[in-house]
Amino acid sequence: MSETAVSEIVRHGGIDGLADDWSADKQTYHVPWGKAMMWIFLVSDTFIFTCFLTGYLHVRLTTTEPWPVQSEIFALSFGGGDPIPLILIAIMTFILISSSGTMALAVNFGYQKDKVKTFWLMCATAAFGASFVSMQVFEWSKLILEEGVRPWGNPFGAAQFGSVFFMITGFHGAHVTIGVIYLLWVAFRVKRGVYDDKGYEIVEIAGLYWHFVDLVWVFIFAFFYLL
Amino acid sequence: MSSDTGQQHPLGLYYRIWVLLFVLSACSYAVDFFNVQGGMRWFLVIMFMLLKAGFIIAIFMHVFWERLALAFTILGPPTVLLMLIVFMAVEGNYISGTRYLYMGHDPNAVALSPSDLHGAEHEEEEEEAH
Repeated sequence: MSETAVSEIVRHGGIDGLADDWSADKQTYHVPWGKAMMWIFLVSDTFIFTCFLTGYLHVRLTTTEPWPVQSEIFALSFGGGDPIPLILIAIMTFILISSSGTMALAVNFGYQKDKVKTFWLMCATAAFGASFVSMQVFEWSKLILEEGVRPWGNPFGAAQFGSVFFMITGFHGAHVTIGVIYLLWVAFRVKRGVYDDKGYEIVEIAGLYWHFVDLVWVFIFAFFYLL
Repeated sequence: MSSDTGQQHPLGLYYRIWVLLFVLSACSYAVDFFNVQGGMRWFLVIMFMLLKAGFIIAIFMHVFWERLALAFTILGPPTVLLMLIVFMAVEGNYISGTRYLYMGHDPNAVALSPSDLHGAEHEEEEEEAH
């Protein structure tokens, strides 16, 4: 079947495609197995992060101590000026969005078999990720050393603030760190030409993981820092 | 079939979504910067959050172009989490209500800020000097 003869809807499958896929004897998901497995991992990771955020919702609702005001705690002043609320977190958010863009481009150039551009775009993505983690290290050390925030208490208000903060941002930071290592590993294998014969789906699979890390940050940014 | 050619889409689309994500992030930051409070804050933050998440999942993660069998597998199971969130919110409200009622905490207490803690001694000295 030629690509042009098949309309967009049929290619997409639609509801009939859904029925066909699930009633097929051999295979349900018409994607490389690595991609299907990455998606299943990401769905399970969604459950982990949602449980963390729901736990945060619950302790924040049930604590009788006032919740610390995030925009004041995460404010930062430059050159002795007035503190700008949440500025570091905003910069971290923009860095992660930038890295998502470079990753999306890397996936695209990967499928075009442009090894050089894919390699450098993946390196740029990893560099953005590394700078995100180092800003997080700065944020943690400021909170621990200067503000005296601990997992079991803090000088501002509800003790649960510290435990939720360290648990959720720590778990997310660990994901970013692992992602940086994973991206660099795949990037160097792309450069060596390991995927010339196998195909470049691996770049898309690594990209899925990276976009997921960005996705989780969207929710953390909204629920933990803004609301 | 998407498995034959992989997910290939025009670069221009990625650039447009990228810019859009920047704009949406700037909008959510602006909500805090201009100190919007109350119901409007919740509405705006959650709206920008859902838009950002939607574009990342649909375009960057290519779910929009996947066959429905995979798309439903990805999006279906997490919907049960909405139930968990609703149950925990209801339960949490009930618990905090009973705690305020029986444990005698002040529901209107205000948290301290870093300026309350670090600036306190300094300001007192200044006041004494005047």
